[in-house]
Amino acid sequence: MSLAVDNLRVYYRTLHGDCRALDGVTFTIADGEIMGLAGESGCGKSTLGKSLIRLDARMRHVEGTAQLDGTTLPIDDTKAMNAFRYREVSIIPQYAMSALNPIRKIGRMISELLGSRGVSYEDTLPELHRRLGLVGLDESVLDLYPIELSGGMKQRVVMVLSTLLDPSLLIADEITSALDVSTQKAVAEMLVEFRDRQFVKSMIVITHDLSILYQIADTILVMYAGKLVEKGSAADVTEDPKHPYTRLLIASLPEVGVRFDEQRLKGIAGRPPSLIDPPTGCRFRDRCPLAIEKCAEEPPFVEVAPGRFAACWRAGD
Amino acid sequence: MLKLDDVTKVFKTGTFGGQEITAVSGVTFGIEPGEVVSLIGESGSGKTTVGRMILRLTGVTGGTITFDGRDVAALGGRELHGYYSRVQGVFQDPFSSYNPVFKADRVLEMVRSNYLRGLSRAEWKTKLQTSLETVGLEPADVLGKYPHQLSGGQLQRVLISRALLLDIKILVADEIISMLDASTRIDVLNLLGDLKERGLGILFVTHDLSLGNYISDRTVILRRGLIVEMGRTEKVFGNPVHPYTKMLLASVPQMHTKWAAEAEPAGDLGHEDAADVSSAGDGALVEVERDHFARSQHNGNEGE
Amino acid sequence: MDTVDQHTDSVSTGTAAVSVTVAEEAPPRRSRNETLYFAFRNRKLVIGLSVVTFFLLLAIVGPWLTDATPFEFGYPTGEPPSREYWLGTTAPGQDVFAQFVYGLRSSFVVGALAGCVAAAIGMTVGFVGGYRGGAVDEILSVLTNVVLVIPTLAVLIIVAAYLSVQSLLAEAVLIGVTSWPWAARAIRAQTFSLASRDFISVARLSGQTGWKIVAKEIAPNMSSYLFLVFILLFGGSVLIAATLDFLGLGPSQVMSLGLMLNNAVSGSALQLGMWWWFIPPGVGITAIVGGLYVMNVGLDEVFNPKLRET
Repeated sequence: MSLAVDNLRVYYRTLHGDCRALDGVTFTIADGEIMGLAGESGCGKSTLGKSLIRLDARMRHVEGTAQLDGTTLPIDDTKAMNAFRYREVSIIPQYAMSALNPIRKIGRMISELLGSRGVSYEDTLPELHRRLGLVGLDESVLDLYPIELSGGMKQRVVMVLSTLLDPSLLIADEITSALDVSTQKAVAEMLVEFRDRQFVKSMIVITHDLSILYQIADTILVMYAGKLVEKGSAADVTEDPKHPYTRLLIASLPEVGVRFDEQRLKGIAGRPPSLIDPPTGCRFRDRCPLAIEKCAEEPPFVEVAPGRFAACWRAGD
Repeated sequence: MLKLDDVTKVFKTGTFGGQEITAVSGVTFGIEPGEVVSLIGESGSGKTTVGRMILRLTGVTGGTITFDGRDVAALGGRELHGYYSRVQGVFQDPFSSYNPVFKADRVLEMVRSNYLRGLSRAEWKTKLQTSLETVGLEPADVLGKYPHQLSGGQLQRVLISRALLLDIKILVADEIISMLDASTRIDVLNLLGDLKERGLGILFVTHDLSLGNYISDRTVILRRGLIVEMGRTEKVFGNPVHPYTKMLLASVPQMHTKWAAEAEPAGDLGHEDAADVSSAGDGALVEVERDHFARSQHNGNEGE
Repeated sequence: MDTVDQHTDSVSTGTAAVSVTVAEEAPPRRSRNETLYFAFRNRKLVIGLSVVTFFLLLAIVGPWLTDATPFEFGYPTGEPPSREYWLGTTAPGQDVFAQFVYGLRSSFVVGALAGCVAAAIGMTVGFVGGYRGGAVDEILSVLTNVVLVIPTLAVLIIVAAYLSVQSLLAEAVLIGVTSWPWAARAIRAQTFSLASRDFISVARLSGQTGWKIVAKEIAPNMSSYLFLVFILLFGGSVLIAATLDFLGLGPSQVMSLGLMLNNAVSGSALQLGMWWWFIPPGVGITAIVGGLYVMNVGLDEVFNPKLRET
């Protein structure tokens, strides 16, 4: 399968005007690729994920298309997306594990969900058991209430649930953020396994944690203030970032081994611009140490090296 | 300066308080001036409870916490008031730490009306200015604003400056940067480092080992209420002895090294039951090398 | 070449605009202007408020518009509404309009007084129980549940019959003392959830003590909720007072809408076709209580943005 997104613009309606959360995004994902979508809060990565499945009624699709395996996804039509949701495109939403209905046993919840898609629970049960076993959960978990499960277990239940119908595209939105470091590793590795076993064809893994992406993603796409700023293979982006934002971001992450007394890391001063009335030109301009006159004109997201994309006039430097 | 001696906390749960959960068990360590101690643990380790006990927000079931020799749990009204001018805390969620119907600087005003009544307007203004500048904020940027008008980083800094208004000796920082963006985190962390260099003792509670390693002088690793390893940070991270510590370090996603493929399952894939004290090994803390202790294990109880 | 200043987190663009981020971090606190903006656009609130205000004005101004007093006899008996007698007269010859407007006054007075008494008790019990927790909360909960479970009306009827209530104040206190439990419960629940929030811990760390925290941190946070609770107590009290008066258990020397209905029934107004005698008080009670409840729903929408259907 492959995903091709072209010039996607999604805004949110607010009292003060349109919040331009996603402002012209174009990229492709190949078959079997795990693409990491990284950025800080407010950059639009969650919006991008949700717009591909159209789950949020507040979003307003302004422009742009998304094609999955050659078929155009009706991302501007909530009702029409119903046919694709869960079958072709599935999502593990942020805070999914806290959103499990507390008064429903897990098994009952799954059967209701499958029933709403016209899939028989009994027929799917053997496969469900198999997958639960794969992620290290016993089938007895179907008889438990969410409160009886730990955070890691809930996350794994949600992962199995979201991929039960073998979707072509899985969007995983911040699924490791609220977990302990050991469960984080287990969950992240499970994502890769799902792809390797073909439960899912391709994935978009949305997170702010670049180091997790380095571990499991094939490519990384970095976003800032509603725009794409960098794309490349995971190794390339983390080892040789082309965009100043990516460079500064990576430089501000303490690795185990770096100590304050020896080497004082620096953050990025300032805040992202308001998305209601975003500045013209490069949106990172105000915080960028490499900003020049030309940055008043918005840099295009182009290939600056084989397989490397960046939106910066000085990407080559 | 601050000493925890065999501190235990037991919560009663269930109808009529029938069941008990041991959140913290036999924790012993201390914080000296100008020292950052990291309290590292995963969820359910009891690290937040330890912080709350130090701040007198929760009671202590067993053991003692002493500050400059005085038992913290025994402090009465007036003495507690004085205690808070020496020991303060900052919590994880910057937005929840402010009363949303009031302006953000109210937290500073509260300190003034309870502790700094004697200051004149001019003196207060100067003190406020100094305190805000120490944390890297321009007074004009944060005074007079509501919490939702400020960023998470700014809110956390205002809370730290609030703590600095009093001449505190110990700051309990409970996961204060986990809800901040990656690019602001390091700045707040550096701020803590600067404060440490000025003589403040800091208890840095976190689940993130890289942060602990970056900022702290000594590290205490908690698992289900028990200390499994502690000592000087370089030694604990450089030469981890306890299997739990090793497992934690191996699970941290690094940016230039891939996770090693391992035979044993990482982390607790099984059902995490409430604090099961014996599973962390109930041997005593043994000195592995100078300033580095680890809990000896019970046979066969580890590696679950 | 700019240097990245690592100590400053201030907004370097210099704009003072409020930045609305997509990520759900903090619920935006609307300025007072925004609240008023939504208030005046909410149909339920506007309608309810208008109705209640109309009757309130009538209650205040009404008695000045007529020379008659409610208990005064001597008017033509059983007259339908005319230019001289705006709402007609009763069977024994009293002016209905006078009765009506004085009755409205009583209703509002009792409603407000009883509402205040109930609100005071409810807030005290609710705040103390919710904030302190533990044994204190247990005891107060038991007290609340006991008073809640007592069949209020039956008790009021019995007590009123025994004590022969003769003043509005007594009636108001009686009603207030029996109608607070649901308010206490609601306030306790809210207080409970607020008490565990971080900003309360910060207040404690700043040297704030018990009741100060409740008064200065918790109550202001719940101000819209408390307002709604008061309105409901007000409306409920008006209704209960009307019921008591209708049964003849209220003060008999003070005219009230319930008393009017009582008289109308014993004076066979329905059979005699004297609609002007019982319709006005009935409409009055219904409109005031109904208006208050509708206002309440509207206010809830105004205060809680998630309920609005913008």
